[in-house]
Amino acid sequence: MYLVLVVAGKEFQDGLRNRWVVAIAFILALLATGLAYFGSAASGQVGFSSLSSTIVSLASLAVFIIPLIALMLAYDGIVGEDENGTLLLLLTYPLSRWQLLCGKMFGHGLIMAFSTLTGFTTSACIMAIFSDELQWLDMLAPFSVFIGSAILLGWVFVAIAYVISTTVTEKSKAAGIALVVWFLFVLVFDLGLLGILVSTEGNVDAKWFPYLLLLNPTDIFRLINITYFADQQLSGLMAVVEHARFSIGSLMGGLLLWFLIPAVVAWVSFSRRAL
Amino acid sequence: MTNIVELCDVRKSYHQVHALEKLDLTLTEGEVLGLFGHNGAGKTTTIKLILGSITATSGSVRVFGTDPTLAGAREKRKSLGFLQENVSFYEQLSGYEVLRYFARLKGIRPSECQRLLDQVGLSDAVHRRVKTYSKGMRQRLGLAQALLGEPKLLLLDEPTVGLDPLATRDFYSLIQSLKEQGCTVILCSHVLPGVEKYIDRAAILGKGRLLAEGSIAQLREHACLPLTLKVRGKNIQIPAGLNYLPHIQQDEVLLQLLPHEKMSAMQSLMQQEGLSDFDLHLPSLEDLYSHYIEKMTGVGGTACI
Repeated sequence: MYLVLVVAGKEFQDGLRNRWVVAIAFILALLATGLAYFGSAASGQVGFSSLSSTIVSLASLAVFIIPLIALMLAYDGIVGEDENGTLLLLLTYPLSRWQLLCGKMFGHGLIMAFSTLTGFTTSACIMAIFSDELQWLDMLAPFSVFIGSAILLGWVFVAIAYVISTTVTEKSKAAGIALVVWFLFVLVFDLGLLGILVSTEGNVDAKWFPYLLLLNPTDIFRLINITYFADQQLSGLMAVVEHARFSIGSLMGGLLLWFLIPAVVAWVSFSRRAL
Repeated sequence: MTNIVELCDVRKSYHQVHALEKLDLTLTEGEVLGLFGHNGAGKTTTIKLILGSITATSGSVRVFGTDPTLAGAREKRKSLGFLQENVSFYEQLSGYEVLRYFARLKGIRPSECQRLLDQVGLSDAVHRRVKTYSKGMRQRLGLAQALLGEPKLLLLDEPTVGLDPLATRDFYSLIQSLKEQGCTVILCSHVLPGVEKYIDRAAILGKGRLLAEGSIAQLREHACLPLTLKVRGKNIQIPAGLNYLPHIQQDEVLLQLLPHEKMSAMQSLMQQEGLSDFDLHLPSLEDLYSHYIEKMTGVGGTACI
């Protein structure tokens, strides 16, 4: 366990050193604050107003940016060390492969968690200070759910990045695959589902169709934040869950599963990797 | 003497390509072995097998008495030092930070790091980023890393690449002192001149096979390469039956002798009054290396009588 912490500590320190942590936190805080302030500009007004609409639009923003950040952060976790020559060296130390992998994933997970937390908490504080309507206590629960699920989403994509990183042998290839994965989960999947809906003119089985959304961690994340504000008008693809509402707990469990499965796959592929 | 490394009839193949075939190699405590060979001869494969990074296709590998690929051998890696070819460390960290990271992984006090960095001559660059290091400085850092925790077995792949002559000399005297403390060293190198003084035994690999193995004296005897004797003087009578090169320049004669002819030839030459100087050149490691490699490829090669 100590060795896992040593590796994680180095990874986190690297994150601080090369400004990843600061950059992620800054981007998230800026986008969240901006979105909250200008979110209602379409209806002819600016300012911090409705908490529920802010969080729902924040969720649709986070769904694009967090997977991208997580993939960019972690795609070279293993393959980068391999290209450096340090992977062979590290494995001649009294360090097993799972300890190295766990340590690195833990370190990157910590970077994601820490910067998501500071970024969104900062913007929440700004909103609470400058808004007349928003109360501190009212914001606590929804923001906790939002930040918690955002951190989980980041971890899911860190784990997916490690699946890529442990299977390929070149860093540039890993970067390319990471981009394709992001594209598939964030854009193509939803378009595909929408395509099915449109081509069948909505004539799909309402019983099982919503479950297809669980095949995409980004959709689970959006569902969590929409479900929390049950009163929200559901729009777009999310409207299909109208008939099958999932509980927040089970959705969080789904995200957790989406983290555990790639993590195990990464471990299996890393232990088979030839040096 | 205990055997630190034992390779027994080891084969390693990657997808039909035979990287190593029938390798037998034993190293006892405090021995320094030079491992030589052309590119792709199987040097790195041998090193990786000893490190436990790869498993042998067949045969047995024993390091400190256990199979290095087993999980149980992990603790023994604390007494193992490794420096690989072309290592580029974490560029964004300073030399000290890199070494401290590796020290922690080996469970060694960080206070050791400063001492090792001083020892390899990096005292002035301790807090500079590795990015700014020259090739030689990186090599020194790699060496400091390999020396962490007073290893009992050191595997060094091209350790002197990028080091200047003085640093190379310091490096070899360091190896000498480690050897005296009982450390076993495997030295892989392309740079042949100058190594022979520091190694106890040499192993020459070619195309995945062990071509020759033994001390330099044993190899010389086995290879039966002629030695060259340069004689200078007036009216020198060359002993009958000796093979000499048609290089007679003023008073100088170059003789090529087989090892067993050496003593008798020298005795008869020494008794001649006209002899003013002579120079004996024994086949160097380089000569031996090219002899064995040429023999393998079928070019040239001298037969022993």
